[in-house]
Amino acid sequence: MSVDKKAIVTPNSWASLRRYTDARIGLGRSGVSQPTEPQLEFQQAHARARDAVHIPLDIDQLEQQLSEQGLESLRLHSQATDRAVYLQRPDKGRRLDAQSGALLKQIHERHGEKDATIVIADGLSSTAVQRHAAVVAAAIDRELDAEGLSRTPVCIVQQGRVAVGDEVGELLGSRMVILLVGERPGLSSPDSLGIYYTWNPRVGLTDAYRNCISNIRTAGISAEDATGRLMWLVRESRKRRLSGVALKDESGEADALEGTGRGNFLLD
Amino acid sequence: MSYQFDIGSTRYRFNDLKTLMARATPLRSGDCLAGIAAENATERVAAQRCLADLPLSSFLNEALIPYEQDEVTRLIIDSHDPEAFTAVAHLTVGEFRDWLLSDHANSQTLKALAPGLTPEMVAAVSKIMRVQDLILVAQKIEVVTAFRDTLGLKGRFSTRLQPNHPTDDPAGVAASVLDGLLYANGDAVIGINPATDNYHAVTRLMHLLDDVIQRYEIPTQSCVLTHVTTHLEAINRGAPVDLVFQSIAGTQAANESFGINLSILDQAHRAALELGRGTVGQNVMYFETGQGSALSANAHHGVDQQTCEARAYAVARRFDPLLVNTVVGFIGPEYLYDGKQIIRAGLEDHFCGKLLGLPMGCDICYTNHAEADQDDMDMLLTQLGVAGINFIMGIPGSDDIMLNYQTTSFHDALYLRQVLNKPPAPEFESWLETMGVFDAGGVLAGGEKLPAPFAHIQSQL
Repeated sequence: MSVDKKAIVTPNSWASLRRYTDARIGLGRSGVSQPTEPQLEFQQAHARARDAVHIPLDIDQLEQQLSEQGLESLRLHSQATDRAVYLQRPDKGRRLDAQSGALLKQIHERHGEKDATIVIADGLSSTAVQRHAAVVAAAIDRELDAEGLSRTPVCIVQQGRVAVGDEVGELLGSRMVILLVGERPGLSSPDSLGIYYTWNPRVGLTDAYRNCISNIRTAGISAEDATGRLMWLVRESRKRRLSGVALKDESGEADALEGTGRGNFLLD
Repeated sequence: MSYQFDIGSTRYRFNDLKTLMARATPLRSGDCLAGIAAENATERVAAQRCLADLPLSSFLNEALIPYEQDEVTRLIIDSHDPEAFTAVAHLTVGEFRDWLLSDHANSQTLKALAPGLTPEMVAAVSKIMRVQDLILVAQKIEVVTAFRDTLGLKGRFSTRLQPNHPTDDPAGVAASVLDGLLYANGDAVIGINPATDNYHAVTRLMHLLDDVIQRYEIPTQSCVLTHVTTHLEAINRGAPVDLVFQSIAGTQAANESFGINLSILDQAHRAALELGRGTVGQNVMYFETGQGSALSANAHHGVDQQTCEARAYAVARRFDPLLVNTVVGFIGPEYLYDGKQIIRAGLEDHFCGKLLGLPMGCDICYTNHAEADQDDMDMLLTQLGVAGINFIMGIPGSDDIMLNYQTTSFHDALYLRQVLNKPPAPEFESWLETMGVFDAGGVLAGGEKLPAPFAHIQSQL
């Protein structure tokens, strides 16, 4: 006698709570294991994320997007010649190639020092940079302008990691560097952008000297919220002449975060 | 001091002890990146044979990172217990492997030996051990810790419920917490990685988790995985802190790159102890580690990444932690290239930590830019289960939507419980039965309907 199909998989009545989160809750179970449907959905998402890591940044399109936002930009390249080198040699992704270094020195000599430089690095998700970087850069640039701070052109670094911003800032003689980078893609978030902020950037700084605002994407932290947090860091760091762990992010109240507004229903 | 070993007509030379250790390490991308890996398979085995002949006591005479330059080395040397070391002081590294595998090594003798071992000794012996050796020896060791429940008892394992959310939204976090509890996860800790280090956001999460634990009287502890200095500030301002978290590494310079040192950790440890929030124990620290962190901070001193990792356990050991979690596959393919390297590293870390007396757990995980998948994680999960891991992660459907990586799911923990017949911590197991999540036989009950104590949530669904 065959088993009724309905009796094989145990569904979870609380699956509807997925309206509060993208997390894979309420999947149900076959025995104690994940049922076939969510199991294959996971495999599909993993396949897409794997493919996404290797799609190159369309730099022409990015320059076009920046230009539409009224931002001038420069093309730079790290010492990582291609994606394969980038993945295995982070040291090369943290430094500029010779040509890029020479270009920045020229610009420095010609235009002198500026307050701030926005750097855009492809990092591990060209999708994130393509989708969000131009809009976020423009929002930041407007705020910097409103503070009366001078800016260099936006520097786009191909095959770049976070620390490459330090070299860009040092060569340009900028007092602060704001680096936008594609974060490692997740299954549900292949397009997450991060911002790293450094006061007095120079080659050799560690993460302890940087402040990070992570997870900027449509379903994460908005460009406006991220810019607000960043500008708090910028203002504080100018006062205190430092960045990193010594500069705690105390901007606003926690309520400023976006959310469902529902609160912790477990306490109802 | 230099070392050498002949294979056929070739003489392999190693300039110093750290070079010998690096060349003897099973292949991994991070050591290649650092330029310290063996040139080829024969050089690697020459180094392993040379290392096997080395007296264990050599590591007390030749520091891999100079005593004067590094506070972790000073901690290792100054806290070494020569009395405890006596049992194996006469052995070489190779003979130590034999001793560990023999009946001389059992739960009691290994516990007594732990203070006599240095991280370098356990790293050295692990380099000449196979996967089954790493499992067999670790399986003999029991490391028990406690706060509101008792973790690490033989025949059991626990899970960290990790309800991460990209914006720390309270309802989103609560949904994952509920899912995890109903899948019987969370006895090691309900531990969330906050999306930002914003002080207000962090303390709001501390209150959220604490409120849930108190409301449902869950015998577990909460932790918000923020920087240790943020914990100190939270404690000073009266926020509910159960466990103090910090990422740690095996060199002073790497710890400085995290913005910490031993003195800051000491201060936080004392502050958390003073709160006295534990009910069945007072292990108040939660540390995370991972091979490659010292190299990633350019702070490895030419020491291989597995030995650096073992040195981080000396830092952890000083503070009697409740939980030590090696986040093995998070760091990426430049340090652990593929499933094979991740699996071996996870087993090495668990073995080394346990041998040094630590309550080891493992974040069995990988990123989307590594050559690894769910099958690799299933292998490591099963092997660590057999090896007697204290705890693993539990998240909804293996997908961390905030940190963007894959770790073990709530279901994975239940799989391991079923195939190895290992229940959770006893206090938590009783709670699950009281709440109707488990039936009287310790089996997951139903799932279609919410158990009675959660029935008030029904109107939300």
